[in-house]
Amino acid sequence: MSDKKARSQGAVQTTGHAWDGDIQEFNNPLPTWWLWAFYATVVFALIYWVLYPAWPVGGSFTKGMFNDITFVDSDGSVKTTHWNTRALLIRDLKEGKEARLSQEYMSKVADASYAQILADPEMMAYTRSVAKGLFGDNCAACHGAGGQGVIGLFPNLADDAWLWGGSIEQVHKTIADGRYGFMPAFSDTFDAKQLRDVASYVLSLSGNPVDGVARARGEKIFQTQEGGCHYCHTPAGTGLKSQGAANLTDQIWTIADVNGTDDPAVKLERVEKVISGGVQRQMPHWSERLTPAQIKLLTVYVHELGGGQ
Amino acid sequence: MADAGAQPLYQARIPIYTRSVKGRFRNLKWGILGLAYSVYFLLPWLRWERNVGPDQAVLFDISARKFYLFDLVVHAQDLFWLAGLLVIAALLLFFVTGLAGRVFCGYFCFQTLWTDLYMLIERLVQGDRVARIRLDKAPWSAAKLVRKTSTHFLWLLAAFLTGLTFTLYWEDAPRLIVDWFSGDAPFAAYATTLFLTATTYVMAGLAREQVCTYMCPYARFQSVMFDADTRIVAYDTSRGEARRGRHRVTRQLKNREQRQQQGVGDCIDCGYCVQVCPTGIDIRDGLQVQCISCALCIDACATIMDSLGWGKSLIGYTSEKQAAGLPSRLWKPRTIAYGVLLLTAIGALAWSVGNQAPLELSVVQLRQPLFVRLSDGRIQNRYELHMENKTDEPIQVAIMMRGLAGAQLDLGKLASVELPPQRALHVLARVRWGSSRDVKGSRGFDFNLVPQRRDDLGMISAPATFYLPGTNY
Repeated sequence: MSDKKARSQGAVQTTGHAWDGDIQEFNNPLPTWWLWAFYATVVFALIYWVLYPAWPVGGSFTKGMFNDITFVDSDGSVKTTHWNTRALLIRDLKEGKEARLSQEYMSKVADASYAQILADPEMMAYTRSVAKGLFGDNCAACHGAGGQGVIGLFPNLADDAWLWGGSIEQVHKTIADGRYGFMPAFSDTFDAKQLRDVASYVLSLSGNPVDGVARARGEKIFQTQEGGCHYCHTPAGTGLKSQGAANLTDQIWTIADVNGTDDPAVKLERVEKVISGGVQRQMPHWSERLTPAQIKLLTVYVHELGGGQ
Repeated sequence: MADAGAQPLYQARIPIYTRSVKGRFRNLKWGILGLAYSVYFLLPWLRWERNVGPDQAVLFDISARKFYLFDLVVHAQDLFWLAGLLVIAALLLFFVTGLAGRVFCGYFCFQTLWTDLYMLIERLVQGDRVARIRLDKAPWSAAKLVRKTSTHFLWLLAAFLTGLTFTLYWEDAPRLIVDWFSGDAPFAAYATTLFLTATTYVMAGLAREQVCTYMCPYARFQSVMFDADTRIVAYDTSRGEARRGRHRVTRQLKNREQRQQQGVGDCIDCGYCVQVCPTGIDIRDGLQVQCISCALCIDACATIMDSLGWGKSLIGYTSEKQAAGLPSRLWKPRTIAYGVLLLTAIGALAWSVGNQAPLELSVVQLRQPLFVRLSDGRIQNRYELHMENKTDEPIQVAIMMRGLAGAQLDLGKLASVELPPQRALHVLARVRWGSSRDVKGSRGFDFNLVPQRRDDLGMISAPATFYLPGTNY
């Protein structure tokens, strides 16, 4: 125990105090550089208290000196306040180097026509990167991060079927004004047999093998007043874009998950369920929540997702 | 605080007061220092004509992801060249160390160069060794304060210029220097300058030889590259010590004949070789890990031997074998192996740089969703094509695909795009294929980039995969 030995020999200095006769206090001074570093932090703190917001005083706090920061607030007013990170962030988001660069691009895109944007690879690349964030913030909650949607609930934007039209103008209108899709429920109109007949006809439109007799009965219901399906879905079954009626002749099923099974009976059952229950879907309008430039970017982005028309 | 009984945890630095010396190796070292400083401090100011890009000869543009080295533009994908450069630097170090010992330490290391500069400043302000020892011992006075303060001020100035110059390599130098002093430079520029000013000042002014002894990893592992044939700075013991050892010049040991008769060596124990040593060692004790082979002791002894007329320096470049009178081989298998590896690495890097692809294409599959069924039953996959034009002229390219019979490539309105010079472009591609539901799994195919109206540029390809439903992925 060299430590003990050193102490007993008085090698370690004591403060000279003694309690209860033999309890002593060792004196192990700190290195000088440490002490100076400590003093330096004290000096730093004093300067900091003067310059920056620091001490709480009642319901307020000391604001510091010579630290004014000026920024443009979200309502467009110019504000000057004492230094704080929130103001710094607002200023950087508006006036920072990257922010200015982004604004420059944004105004370029805002001024360009859709035809110009679609033909310019640089603007397309910019659109893709910015609109991806916009899509993630505003659209992905329903349509999924990649626009893949959810069968039965939210349309898939990555395929080439457009319920309300796939031209850039139609996509723009869909985003800006929103859409309300409606198909009445036929549970009170059709009995079980009629449901099966109509479902058989609907499935046959896209080439699915069905019972021919049921199909013929279903066709009659579909194409006449009895069911009245042809009003919205058109006699050919391709759907009226103005009503958001689905094209029944293609391979895409947005409500009934026909592609998700190989069993004809299950396919039939799934289509029947949609006819009997009807469909109600709503897409909110975004013209009030997003700026025209943002809607423009999203329009191009969504149009490009599935390859618009 | 002073405590005789306690063992100190750290050894306090013993101050080294180096004495100045003149000679062959000192001149060589000044020459190298001058050259190195000229390159380091002036290179950022060298202008260079380019069709596209900045007019600075050497510029590492991080934000644009491009390194400009005279006529060479290093793009982000070429950054593996840096790995090649580091391999070459390491091999060169091994090769030179195996051949000639710590040449890097003594002549080229920035620690040595900046310490030399700081010692020069110290000497010009405070005088040579004896004057400096006297000044340190003297009580504080106005004159001492002025000398000490001005030394540190000049050190800090040199450190500041060093740090500031470093930042000039990363932005347009004339603009950055104006921005720096008007307060408009990026934070990174100020932080880097401050950091390098601090480290230069501490390392070259205060820490000095402790960097080599305690911090430098090379100083530690260089010994494994040493063998008995490696060139080292060594003291000629047989001549310096003879039979009875070294001795000062006294009345009885005045000239060489007297000394040789009495068996006393040529070393007059003047201590000059110890006084000039920047790491404070005595080379006469033999090879030591602290020795950075700076060769100043060779110059010191040469000065003394010249003045006495006793021939060449007692200290010189030799090898352990040579010093022992054994035949010494300079080119050994290991050294030759290092040399071959070095030449191979240089050749590979030069080939890679010389064959820099003017046009690059890489394909990123968009995986969300990985595939989607279209209205006609076909499957669609999407890809982002990253194209880069590394030339100084715009290149018109057509984007095509091959290897997927019957597939349709949809690029919107961008089937043929113009790649701006020295720029990258991203384009979204949609591929549609596979009308039959029985087709499953994945297929490989190629995207092709065909330069238009450019016979000197060939078509380039990049592989991609087409995924169908039922794929195990």
